[in-house]
Amino acid sequence: MKVTVCIGSSCHIKGSRQVVEQLQQLIAENNLGDKVELGGTFCMGKCQQGVCVTVDEVFCSVTPDTVEEFFENNVKGKV
Amino acid sequence: MKKFDTKVQHLKYKVLREVAHQAWNDTLLQNILGIPHIIVPGKTSTMRCCVYKERAILGERVKLAMGGDRENPNVIEVIDIACDECPAAGYEVTNSCRGCLAHRCEDVCKRGAISFDHNHVAHIDKSKCVECGACAKVCPFAAIVNRKRPCQIACKVKAISINENNAAAIDNNKCIQCGACVYQCPFGAISDKSFILDVIDLLKKSQNNEKYKVYAVVAPSISSQFVYAKLGQVVSGLKELGFFTVIEAALGADMVAMSEARELSEKEFLTSSCCPAFVQYIKTSFPALLPHVSHNLSPMAALAKYIKETDEKSKVVFIGPCTAKKAEAQLETVSPYVDAVLTFEELQALFDSKDIDITALNEDVLDNASYYGRIFARSGGLSDSVKQALTEQRIDFTLKPVVCDGIEACKIALLKKSKNVLDANFIEGMACVGGCIGGAGCLTHGEKNKAQVDEYGREALEKTISDAVSVLK
Repeated sequence: MKVTVCIGSSCHIKGSRQVVEQLQQLIAENNLGDKVELGGTFCMGKCQQGVCVTVDEVFCSVTPDTVEEFFENNVKGKV
Repeated sequence: MKKFDTKVQHLKYKVLREVAHQAWNDTLLQNILGIPHIIVPGKTSTMRCCVYKERAILGERVKLAMGGDRENPNVIEVIDIACDECPAAGYEVTNSCRGCLAHRCEDVCKRGAISFDHNHVAHIDKSKCVECGACAKVCPFAAIVNRKRPCQIACKVKAISINENNAAAIDNNKCIQCGACVYQCPFGAISDKSFILDVIDLLKKSQNNEKYKVYAVVAPSISSQFVYAKLGQVVSGLKELGFFTVIEAALGADMVAMSEARELSEKEFLTSSCCPAFVQYIKTSFPALLPHVSHNLSPMAALAKYIKETDEKSKVVFIGPCTAKKAEAQLETVSPYVDAVLTFEELQALFDSKDIDITALNEDVLDNASYYGRIFARSGGLSDSVKQALTEQRIDFTLKPVVCDGIEACKIALLKKSKNVLDANFIEGMACVGGCIGGAGCLTHGEKNKAQVDEYGREALEKTISDAVSVLK
């Protein structure tokens, strides 16, 4: 599974660093390091909906407050 | 508000703007010969002896705007017919000499080069004069002047000589492509080649970033540029031009600061590799010191490499203050990552070629890097950042930098190092005085530039280098 977080300016200001850090932690806690590949990209063209995240090309809108919920539903639940 | 420092820059800009305008409309080839006439219409000359010479020179400027002489590997070129063959006779006595009694000039000259005619007016014997300038300093009437060409004064690496036609000539084996002569020549006879057409081509063929995405990587010195608008409006303008997104090269600088700190602690002595003109200077003038040059890519190249690795359908255009970056982008180690380089001058021309008034645009955001990455734009910033990166990575190494502000300072430090008398373990080398904010491709240069860079640095969301680069893993 490939999870890509937008680290462009707009998403960065909305907290993409916190999203990345929390995801790194959650992936480690759940021992999913070998199944989930976390990556970054600069801009997905949907700045209004940031922080933009894709899970195997499927778009999700995430905030630092909703990372856990996103992780449970879109990453842990589907891996 | 004034967009450029000099009228030479403005003229160059007009040519670039017109060439770009025609290129966007696919009419460049059919209208190319008419461009000089568009810029200098009518019959009255305003710059040279006649409009015909003005247009002939403009024809050469059009060539440079289109990439210049492909046979010449140097990105800096002399426009022979634009060179005004300035006086270059060295120290001369002018008619301000009053034929005084004191004759301090004679007393101070250790070579006995000064004699006097029957009116007691001084004359310099060129066969004896060694151009020390002592006579000029002591003359109470400032009657002795040093006639040197502005290009030769600007070129601290002594790459400019005078050819058989009395025009300036650049020695490609010495030139570091810093662009100092480009900025200083009062006749605009030396210019950097432009790759503005390559950028337009990249943008057009991307078909609105469908075929591939065109990333604009902007140097942090942009904080001292386009001061008539907001930085956020420049970002909007870039997207209006067709760039997919805009990223700070300062994020690349954050990456470089981290690895530079590690490399320094391992090797215990380094010279920086951020400034391509400085690296080129070591290659040409201090080859024995090459093993000490940091193995890091420059911030531009490091970030471009990251972009290419995360997005295989990406093209990268670097936009900065620097002419030497145009040469760096052609290096084997860098060309896979950077597709084209523009200067801020060229970006202004590009905006205006599409009639984009950036002051009328909304403010977009630009925030990728830390304070430390951003201050790379001014002299001393790199050393501050490496020091911070050592601390953040808990590396037990005491940085002892020598901050070289301009290529003359670089020369002194490199000379000392080559004789093993340099009391430092890190040479921060920046070819332009002030650092990148002094670059030849800047629109304007001013006293406030450094303060503007520092202010921009403080505005960064991320306060530490580690935080800025943490998203890159």
